[in-house]
Amino acid sequence: MIQQTIKFYQTGTFTVGNRLLDESQRSVQANMERTNSLNSGHRACQGCGEALGARYAIDAAMRATGNRLIAVNATGCLEVFSTPYPESSWQIPWIHSLFGNAAAVASGIAAALRMRGQDDVRVIAQGGDGGTTDIGFGCLSGMFERNDDVLYLCYDNEAYMNTGVQRSSATPPTARTATTMAVGDEPGNPFGTGKNVPLIAMAHHIPYVATATVANLRDLEAKVTKAMALRGARYIHIHVPCPLGWGSDPALTIRIARLAVESGLFPLFEAAHGELTSRTFIRRRVPAAEYLRLQKRFAHLFTAGAEAQLARVQAIADRNIERFGLLAPESAS
Amino acid sequence: MLEQMEGSQAVATAIALARPQVICAYPITPQTHIVEGLGEMVKSGELKGCEFINVESEFAALSVAIGASAAGARTYTATSSQGLLFMAEAVYNAAGLELPIVMTIGNRAIGAPINIWNDHSDSMALRDAGWIQLFADTNQEALDLHIQAFRLAEDLSCPVMVCMDGFILTHAYERVDLPAQAEVDAFLPPYEPRQVLDPAQPVTIGAMVGPDAFTEVRYLAHHRQLSALEKIPEVAAAFKARFGRASGGLLRGYRMEGAETVVIALGSVNGTVQDVIDEMRADGMAIGSLAIGTFRPFPLAALRAALAGAKRVLVLEKCLAAGVGGIVTDDVRRALAGEQVRINTVIGGLGGRAITRESLRRVFADACAARLERLSFLDLDTGVVERELARERAARRSGPTAEAVLRQLGAPGSRLG
Repeated sequence: MIQQTIKFYQTGTFTVGNRLLDESQRSVQANMERTNSLNSGHRACQGCGEALGARYAIDAAMRATGNRLIAVNATGCLEVFSTPYPESSWQIPWIHSLFGNAAAVASGIAAALRMRGQDDVRVIAQGGDGGTTDIGFGCLSGMFERNDDVLYLCYDNEAYMNTGVQRSSATPPTARTATTMAVGDEPGNPFGTGKNVPLIAMAHHIPYVATATVANLRDLEAKVTKAMALRGARYIHIHVPCPLGWGSDPALTIRIARLAVESGLFPLFEAAHGELTSRTFIRRRVPAAEYLRLQKRFAHLFTAGAEAQLARVQAIADRNIERFGLLAPESAS
Repeated sequence: MLEQMEGSQAVATAIALARPQVICAYPITPQTHIVEGLGEMVKSGELKGCEFINVESEFAALSVAIGASAAGARTYTATSSQGLLFMAEAVYNAAGLELPIVMTIGNRAIGAPINIWNDHSDSMALRDAGWIQLFADTNQEALDLHIQAFRLAEDLSCPVMVCMDGFILTHAYERVDLPAQAEVDAFLPPYEPRQVLDPAQPVTIGAMVGPDAFTEVRYLAHHRQLSALEKIPEVAAAFKARFGRASGGLLRGYRMEGAETVVIALGSVNGTVQDVIDEMRADGMAIGSLAIGTFRPFPLAALRAALAGAKRVLVLEKCLAAGVGGIVTDDVRRALAGEQVRINTVIGGLGGRAITRESLRRVFADACAARLERLSFLDLDTGVVERELARERAARRSGPTAEAVLRQLGAPGSRLG
């Protein structure tokens, strides 16, 4: 899909209305031919960012591959809410094996397809942050270093939501989870922990790494489309708010995801073979507090005496902005 | 074609003859030579149409195999010991997903204490994971069983472990009869999957199953295992018809005619057992043996029938269920339920300790004379055990047991037999 070059904003959103665009530039979701790979009727919660991200990502991958796609799913919310036996929301060949092996199962499928002369069929692996950054990390790194022909999609909602909101290595500092309680001197998840898997993916020098968000679905579609045009190991890390785990209004999923980007807490970028190739500039910078305030998991940051903690979160956002160059040159001061 | 070769190389050759399409490899002694051999065949182009994948762990090895098999490829991997335990979650998963993966287990002890030598602790630990478990007595049988394993696995849509004793078989050079490719092709048709990930006919594999259906799904897995009890002898018979030699099957009797005492064992130790039985038969003792070729599914009915004339059964086990005793014994007892047969368990060969003819002859004679305890340990040095127990009683911080026992014994390797 060709990306638009003209800047074309609608108020309050990053996406231009499809009717203003040339047919070829319209979103996959706007197309009558979209596959609805993750069909309606599944049991995701209201306002689920993961369901939204998966629908856009998989439909875009389907279009990019001419509907020749197989998906592997790690154990987790997406797996559970999409396949309550004997029903399945998946309109594509789909397999769930274990929590920690989605990347390896996908590697095996890719190898089998090559040996069976079905190179045109492509493979996607997908999982939540727990299945990706923690328990599935070994298999993910193995898939990366072998440069297996797999696109791995991580839907990052920053904790183990399926088991009841426990901390993962993607949980941000200060966030309250069931295992990082908002009590004591340093309430919530401690500072100085966690890992940045997109950067670790880049360190494998794989052909493509990107971050994406459900706040910018056209960008997500474009990144998936770009990834499917490449061969080898590819990784897209998608920020997906979880109303249940974050204690946020289901109606605000998109806004919260956007504030994560606009505050600098979730940088959007792309990388090829270990080098940053693009970043999405922040359009209207906001303080981290604007993002945090909408989520009950950060409620303790807005009580008396929590100013230092809040400042440390803001410092993380500031560092991201500097590190990834997230301010457009004209607006950088 | 007769050739002198290492057991691992014989197995690698058998796997190549089966025309696998995906092989995953992760090194662990003593199975490593098998995948090394296969890797070389793939890289040199001798084995065509096959991808050889070096993975980062045994868990990944079997996970890659799960993906490859679900996408319709004939898939193989091999492991041992800690490796089998490390992939344990995927072992159950492959069986639950009904994927006909074939995996060699180069049987090895499980630590701690770490030990690279042979016993059956690894495959016994995963005996109820839903895989068919075949045990090879010789390198020829190991070779033959792998060819049978693919046919069994694919006919039943059920994964198969071929268990062969680490070092004793994997590293032993023996003469083997290598089948011709055309013969193997005739015996083993190309893999036609029962389920496959295919964009032309999308299916969901691995859905969540709740209490409403889980029992039925599990029962069907049991049913599949039971049907394997019929399929395994059929495949062995078809193999014999084509290749002219008996290999595999459920049980293999040795000098069972009129045997009052029957020794039951798995794997390569059957060779030594049979030598001892020859000696005792020459002395006029009514003794025979049964090699269990298929441990899962367990051939209850066949074993009961084979033991119809037996008065005493001695189960020789290369694995210890700590706090219980023998593992195979429990199944043998189940087969003999209601029969007045004395069953003895002898635990031997743990961590590679040699099982000698002399030691076997002693316990077999004791069994025949009904003076063997229900559970005994072959060549157990009770002096060492008593001294260590005394030492532990003497001081609270007595330190690690294994290291203390080694200190007692002195020079390493002095007791390997």
